[in-house]
Amino acid sequence: MPLKMNNGNKVWQRRTSKQQLLNWFAWLIAVAIFVYCWQLVSEKTMWIFVLDSPAQASDMAERMVPPKWGYLSTLWGPIWDTINIATLGTLIAIVLAFPVAFLAARNTTPSVRFVRPVALFIIVSSRSINSLLWALMLVTIIGPGVLAGVIAIGLRSIGFCAKLLYEAIEEINETQVEAITATGASGPQILNFGIVPQILPAFAGISVFRWDINIRESTVLGLVGAGGIGLELNASINTVSWTQVSVILLVILSTVVVSEWVSAKVRHAII
Amino acid sequence: MISKAPAQRVWKRKPMITNPKLRWGLIGGVVVYLIIAFYTMEVDWGRVAAGMPRAERFLGSFFPPDFTSRWEDIYVGIVESLWMTVVSTVVGIAISIPVGLGAARNLSSRPVYLFCRGVLAVSRTFPEIILALFAVKLFGFGPFAGIVALSIATIGFYGKLLAEDIEDMDPVQAEAIKSTGAGWFQWLNYAVQPQVMPRMIGLGMYRFDINFRESAVVGIVGGGGIGATLLTSFDRYEFDTSAAILLVIITIVMFVEYSSGFIRKWVQ
Repeated sequence: MPLKMNNGNKVWQRRTSKQQLLNWFAWLIAVAIFVYCWQLVSEKTMWIFVLDSPAQASDMAERMVPPKWGYLSTLWGPIWDTINIATLGTLIAIVLAFPVAFLAARNTTPSVRFVRPVALFIIVSSRSINSLLWALMLVTIIGPGVLAGVIAIGLRSIGFCAKLLYEAIEEINETQVEAITATGASGPQILNFGIVPQILPAFAGISVFRWDINIRESTVLGLVGAGGIGLELNASINTVSWTQVSVILLVILSTVVVSEWVSAKVRHAII
Repeated sequence: MISKAPAQRVWKRKPMITNPKLRWGLIGGVVVYLIIAFYTMEVDWGRVAAGMPRAERFLGSFFPPDFTSRWEDIYVGIVESLWMTVVSTVVGIAISIPVGLGAARNLSSRPVYLFCRGVLAVSRTFPEIILALFAVKLFGFGPFAGIVALSIATIGFYGKLLAEDIEDMDPVQAEAIKSTGAGWFQWLNYAVQPQVMPRMIGLGMYRFDINFRESAVVGIVGGGGIGATLLTSFDRYEFDTSAAILLVIITIVMFVEYSSGFIRKWVQ
């Protein structure tokens, strides 16, 4: 226990002086990095705009009320598209993530040295690129529309689903697999009766969880032209119809809340 | 006595949903939904077919990607993304600490709790890109808008997890410190903080990782960072440059993820 002598009395300290010094040093470096970065921000910022922003914000808020409720009736189509993008994208993702996860899991991969790194690379690249960037890419390649959104969501979700799934596969109970193996089952049979039943609940949970995230993400895909309610948002902002923007924001908000509620209910029922 | 041999029975796997009505209802519902979804989806197949050669060219441009001809722009964009990430993570976490403390039920009074929970809920609902869109309207084009958007998103994420972590802490230790006669801040420093610190450092690293990925996106709406460069390269059909940017992003994300795993292990 680190103690310090103070006029002959022992005083308890949380850290030894060496730890204290190290701690201070780490903080010093962190603060220095932050200050340096802040300076770079400051150089690139027009502070006059920032000072002006409260007035801008109140102006914008004023123009957003009252919401133009009549606009709501034209939004059902885009909402349906948004939900389709999220759902079909999630479906594509889970179909493709299933084999990838088996190739990535240490205990089921055919080759730890050759196949596993490839599967892990697929997972990392799918995860590290945002669905909007995937959408941007797909819109330039296959043209704007819902299909680009579906594929973008699918590509982005493969990594997420496969990562969680392969972690679940690595944590399975090996004795069950051994029991199935002992009956003389072949490779695919072991997979089907020994491993799949164990990961099925996790699999369902992951899919619903991802679907919920995808609803949230598919609301903005329209900003780059990939369909859904984001298209309307972009159009309304470009034509400065703020009363429409507020309706769209409220619709997005309620869609997100409802999907969160649904996913929480379903996951609760599964687990 | 001759007993009849039992009719041969075949073992069947137990279905995941045991109630047959619910099972078939769900399956039927899914099939109907898929049919409707496919028919209402408007897809211009001609345009898709026309895009195939372009897709080929795009995939081809990964072998090899072109780092050199636009290196200047890529470098500036990536560095900007990185310092945007640093600033927004630090600012976001700094603000989320008081909000998170206020949103922990065992720490604060009822009105403060409700207010802070409200703040967290609002900052969590909208995606980063919508926040960025509005920040750009308010603060003008540039990294500052992106930083504001990412900071707000960070508050929602980090504050909520901090509050939940504090609510889950071991009350015995907190009580022990309190019984020594510690003041509120001492109590916070010696009872609460050591319990939540390891996990919160890990989550901070995780959020850094998320913010970097998002900082690549806010540029699309004018919030600074590598996103603007990427958007331009797509618009000009310079796919080999886009491929290079994407590879740089993937590499940095991998690096951050690896080092955050390392730091988390070291802290715990």
